[in-house]
Amino acid sequence: MAEQYWQKELETAPRAEIEALQLKRLKETVEREYAKVPIYRERMDSTGVRPEDIKTLDDIRRLPFTVKQDLRDTYPYGMFAVDMKDVVRLHASSGTTGKQIVVGYTANDLSVWANLIARQLTAAGIGKDDFMQVAFGYGLFTGGLGLHDGAQLVGTTVIPISTGNTARQLTVLKDFGATAICCTPSYAMYLAESAEAAGIVGDLKLRAGIFGAEPWTEEMRRQIEAKLHIKAYDIYGLTEVMGPGVSYECSCQKGMHVNEDHFIVEIIDPDTCEPVPDGEYGEIVYTSLTKEAFPVIRYRTRDIGMITREPCACGRTFARMSKPRGRTDDMLIIRGVNVFPSQIETVLINLGYAPNYQIIVDRVNNLDTFEVRVEISDENFDDSVAALAAREKKITEAMRSLLGIGPKITLVNPRSIARSEGKAKRVIDLRKLTD
Amino acid sequence: MAVKQLSVFIENRHGMLAEICSALASAGIDIRALSLAETPDYGILRLIVSDTDKAYETVRATGRSAKINHVLGLRVDDRPGGLSAPLSLLTEAGFDVEYMYAFIGENKDFADVVMRVKDTAAAEALLRDKGYTLID
Repeated sequence: MAEQYWQKELETAPRAEIEALQLKRLKETVEREYAKVPIYRERMDSTGVRPEDIKTLDDIRRLPFTVKQDLRDTYPYGMFAVDMKDVVRLHASSGTTGKQIVVGYTANDLSVWANLIARQLTAAGIGKDDFMQVAFGYGLFTGGLGLHDGAQLVGTTVIPISTGNTARQLTVLKDFGATAICCTPSYAMYLAESAEAAGIVGDLKLRAGIFGAEPWTEEMRRQIEAKLHIKAYDIYGLTEVMGPGVSYECSCQKGMHVNEDHFIVEIIDPDTCEPVPDGEYGEIVYTSLTKEAFPVIRYRTRDIGMITREPCACGRTFARMSKPRGRTDDMLIIRGVNVFPSQIETVLINLGYAPNYQIIVDRVNNLDTFEVRVEISDENFDDSVAALAAREKKITEAMRSLLGIGPKITLVNPRSIARSEGKAKRVIDLRKLTD
Repeated sequence: MAVKQLSVFIENRHGMLAEICSALASAGIDIRALSLAETPDYGILRLIVSDTDKAYETVRATGRSAKINHVLGLRVDDRPGGLSAPLSLLTEAGFDVEYMYAFIGENKDFADVVMRVKDTAAAEALLRDKGYTLID
């Protein structure tokens, strides 16, 4: 099937046109921020940069960064750039890594957002004839309503089931004939396992899934695709920048296209804040170009990823970002070694284990302990202590060769590690560190 | 031939054995023999029961991994040397016993021994040739 586009002219525009549009919109955004958001004006004044100094796209590097703490310091509405009477909706971040933050949208912001979600759905071949089960949480979380609005704009039949109640999710998937689903990848995996256990995979009409809101690996994607017989698409976004749909995946599944007509993406070295060349990993930084209620300039996402501007086979000209390797927040430093949960996941899937695991880090006698709990399924259970010990050793060694540090493996009952209906809790860090 | 055995993965947590036995009891399953292999982190419970398939389903329903396998069952005389003779025979023929457990059945003159060797069928043939009684 030929590639489908929601807004073909914009999605496949020549790079020069995209960049000209970005520069125009960047100037407008900086002017608006300077005029309306005191904290941003003060910061620009203190670094001696004026809105009129932005003459080229590279001049973005002269602008100060925005970090999550700024959003907390100005909580609730200190970074809004319009009168509250023009704000038609609020969303909030879950507050899993600290105090929650709140963001707002004008009617136009919601319209842009819905169109960006529509680009993702169309790229995934989801259209008017489809039924999409929205199993992201509805409410202050951006996932549910974000996907909902976009699906409705496309004309897809929306099934707004929200999260939870797996038995009911399966019944609805089957009875309502859902052809598409969106949720977190860990919940998709759980639904897939539950559908297998209930023996109903063959009764489902699912053919596409849109998954996001937490880091996941390519290996996990292939597992979800194989178990549910679907094509799984990766969608990226964060509440602070807009919500899901900041970047989206096409059928090539070779990175997520950044909606560059609405955002500028930069990759920086998180320590020096200097730009990192295309193709190299660094911290992802986003600037919004059209947001009215809650614009952000150079927002440091703390996600680690890379971008490429090489042309994509789908015809879209937008830069592509890699699947984020994890948030800098998620990165564990264990005995001085950097460990991302996604690396653990990759090893487990490659060795034939469920991507449900838990990392437990503690500190005993000033030494970090590193344990990974792995579920032992019927297929992996051998009636021999020696064989189980060999399995543990093999996992430890595979992780040691990847990370440079080998965890103690603890085998646990199948499906005993809590499956989240929202974001999976992969890490339990019991270290009590004081500065 | 061969004895049907159920092996269950047991997490090293309080009350795990009691939980499994209680589930089997509720399902009306009679345990004929059992052995528990332990490591510091987990154990493997091995059971000979009245209805292995039903026991498998029962244990699976408690959220554990389990496996049905076939092990060698041998009836030996309940007297000094009753076990040593067949074991010597197996050893000389090159069989290694991975694990073994024994129980006394209704007839007090015999003991039943369950053992795991690499090639169960070959070990059975050897013992049968020498006149031993195999159980299933």
